[in-house]
Amino acid sequence: MSSSPTVSRVRRQWPLSPWLLAAPGLLIIGAFILYPFVSTLVNAFTDKRTLIPGEFVGLANFRELLHDDMFWIGLRNSTLYVLGVVPALVILPLLLALLVQKNIPGITFFRSALYTPVVASIVVVGLIWVWLLDERGLINSLLEAVGVGRVGFLSDQWLLLLSAMAVTVWKGLGYYMIIYLAALANVPRELHEAAAVDGAGAVRRFVTVTVPAVRSTMALVGALSSVAAFKVFSEVYLMAGPSGGPAGEDTTLVMLVQRTGTGLTGRVGYASAISVVVFVVTVALMLLVLRADRRAET
Amino acid sequence: MTTRVRKGELLLRYVLLLAVLALTIGPFLWQLSTSLKGPTEDIYSSPPSFLPRHPTLHNYERVADTIPVWDYAFNSLKVATANVVTNCAGSALAGYALARLRYRGRRAATLAFVLAMLVPVEGIIIAQFTTMRELGLNNTLVGVVLPGCVGAMNVLLMRNAFLNLPYEIEEAAYVDGANVWQRFLRIALPSVKGTVAVVAIFAFMGAWDDFLWPLIVLSDPSKFTLTIGLNYLHGTFAGDERLVAAGTVIAVAPLIALFAGLQRYFFRGVGEGAVKG
Repeated sequence: MSSSPTVSRVRRQWPLSPWLLAAPGLLIIGAFILYPFVSTLVNAFTDKRTLIPGEFVGLANFRELLHDDMFWIGLRNSTLYVLGVVPALVILPLLLALLVQKNIPGITFFRSALYTPVVASIVVVGLIWVWLLDERGLINSLLEAVGVGRVGFLSDQWLLLLSAMAVTVWKGLGYYMIIYLAALANVPRELHEAAAVDGAGAVRRFVTVTVPAVRSTMALVGALSSVAAFKVFSEVYLMAGPSGGPAGEDTTLVMLVQRTGTGLTGRVGYASAISVVVFVVTVALMLLVLRADRRAET
Repeated sequence: MTTRVRKGELLLRYVLLLAVLALTIGPFLWQLSTSLKGPTEDIYSSPPSFLPRHPTLHNYERVADTIPVWDYAFNSLKVATANVVTNCAGSALAGYALARLRYRGRRAATLAFVLAMLVPVEGIIIAQFTTMRELGLNNTLVGVVLPGCVGAMNVLLMRNAFLNLPYEIEEAAYVDGANVWQRFLRIALPSVKGTVAVVAIFAFMGAWDDFLWPLIVLSDPSKFTLTIGLNYLHGTFAGDERLVAAGTVIAVAPLIALFAGLQRYFFRGVGEGAVKG
């Protein structure tokens, strides 16, 4: 960017115009993102309710969280979600990208087809899988036909959470695959060829050439997917129901925020305190993954 | 690709591709098949029958009798269209201001958008809802659109696109006496059409697919969008799988069509968004 006389003359000519151009955007993010963010931080220290302004209560909400079983269930489930989903979303899309990277006939069709779940709404995806995993659904019909017998994917607390994770992975594969494809395009072919000449097999080449070359992309995917996984709402809400499965045992933190903070008796202050926990963990996850990447590089 | 692919490897690749294809597309086809099965056909049979014996559109009529599904689709269309227009206009304008014009506070303005992009939306929905209620916009479609109507990430995408344009073209126009608006509309904007298309597509998809925010802000069933309507259909008529299947097909078909027609923008958007995200 050059700071030529042109630019300064523009300013003199029409000093307000830059602000006029940026105003709609600034207004929207100010009013509906940054202000709600700050007010969430403030509300966390009040006993505000939907229809009652509330008063400052110090750390009372956070002290209550420590003794709230539902909060610990939510924290447990959201954490498990990260642990279950992230490794799969870091590795599987990379393998898929390698599979569709080579320009063999028909590959464009396959690339698009694998991306289709990304395009569909999470509600559509959730309901498709609710039907597939139903007690009498397709997967159980197949399991019964091969003699395994029917499995209660959507009735057991742990199977439910696991099924929701599988759906998250299924929907995310194509998205991260495209990210990896872009990264793989920058890996010099010579590296692979040199390794092949040295007699390295496919697995060896994957570990010694591909993985180091896309390591920073893996860290990026790890950061993006762990933040998204910790904030999981829709999959579990749709598959386990609004109350979070048997005895609410599948409730996630964001489900708890939604359940606690909405409605006429919504406890806005308490829900905000849970949100603050979500913020803190989200930031920590991002820093953790990116730091691990930096350490791996040195 | 110049290297020859060995026949065995090629075969293996296609076998794997077909297996993955079955896993990703299969569930959609099963849903479509279920939606076309008539009331007398057993949808729970084991082994399952993959094709409807007597395909019928009966379930689609029944969905429309059960919930106002076409009204919901229209609401979704309104929300998505508004989201496209506001995001394209708002982020192009703001992105241009951030990229091209020197003024006091530009860095602060850029920082505001970066911070807004980092805020986890799921954590602020309650406060957003409170704000919306204070504005009297809860339970309206305007309230559904407003919080995301100029996405911070879109602004930053547009800013980068403008930054990549050579400055000399605009300087020439300036010498010719073109003012800020003229340079923006006639020179800068037409040069970043590709990025505008990316913003438009992701704005449409984001609004059409969104669930959590409309779930919170809409309470009146006559104002529901398709995703909220489907959730309601599922909650109320959970046992009627043919009905729910027909509803999901209605919700997903337009987006699959859009994707089929405009794939390269979808893929480009992932690349550009991920670098920033």
